[in-house]
Amino acid sequence: MEDLLHYHYDVDGGNFASAGEASVQVKRVLRQMGFPPDLIRRVSIAMYEGEINMVIHAKGGDADVYLSPEQIRVVLKDVGPGIKDVALAMQEGYSTAPDNIRSLGFGAGMGLPNMKRYSDEMTVESTVGVGTTITLVFNAF
Amino acid sequence: MTIREIAESLNANVCTKNDSLLEKDVEHAFGSDMMSDVLAYADEGSVLLSGLLNPQVIRTAHMLDMPCIVFVRGKLPTPEILMLAEESHIVVLSTPLRMYASCGILYTAGLDR
Repeated sequence: MEDLLHYHYDVDGGNFASAGEASVQVKRVLRQMGFPPDLIRRVSIAMYEGEINMVIHAKGGDADVYLSPEQIRVVLKDVGPGIKDVALAMQEGYSTAPDNIRSLGFGAGMGLPNMKRYSDEMTVESTVGVGTTITLVFNAF
Repeated sequence: MTIREIAESLNANVCTKNDSLLEKDVEHAFGSDMMSDVLAYADEGSVLLSGLLNPQVIRTAHMLDMPCIVFVRGKLPTPEILMLAEESHIVVLSTPLRMYASCGILYTAGLDR
């Protein structure tokens, strides 16, 4: 499927307070383009969880959003520590986030499960010591 | 129930200046200090009650199209948090009541889930 539009965002890993700015911008773009509110919400939530993960675990990374009328694809790529056991990380409640992150309201082990819940397709490619790339696909219909 | 009615029933201060949003009607509420749980379980457009005070509470609410956040236990948001809320068209309330009491009052008043 041909992507009509591509948006790139740098996710700043050094600043927890600014985490989510890319998702806010994507939400605004999708609204301007007239995508349905339910779809926009699903994309926003899943991408936001991904952004938070990148800040918590990987010191930031790249977020790329590809749009076509039929599909929205979000690719989140980091050069963080990688995920040792992806199947385990996908389980609700499993978390390796440090306590200081829990005190900020995250690290409940819901990030990856939420991304899966709100997307139509989710692919996790991760190599320990190299990084993680997560691709989320949302069908517009 | 309007946001104004929520503020009155919780004896809450309205912290943001976006007063035109106070007449907005809401049907659901969700209380939690864990934003991951809010993202997982809250209904869209709910009022969010939380004792957690940081910018990610505003962003979480924004992602779920929540029109109002109630900070419980007398938590007072910083100017930065209020600015972010106003940019996101979210009303911020602060109530001296605790989470349990706040949820009980709103549930009794008709807000569900």
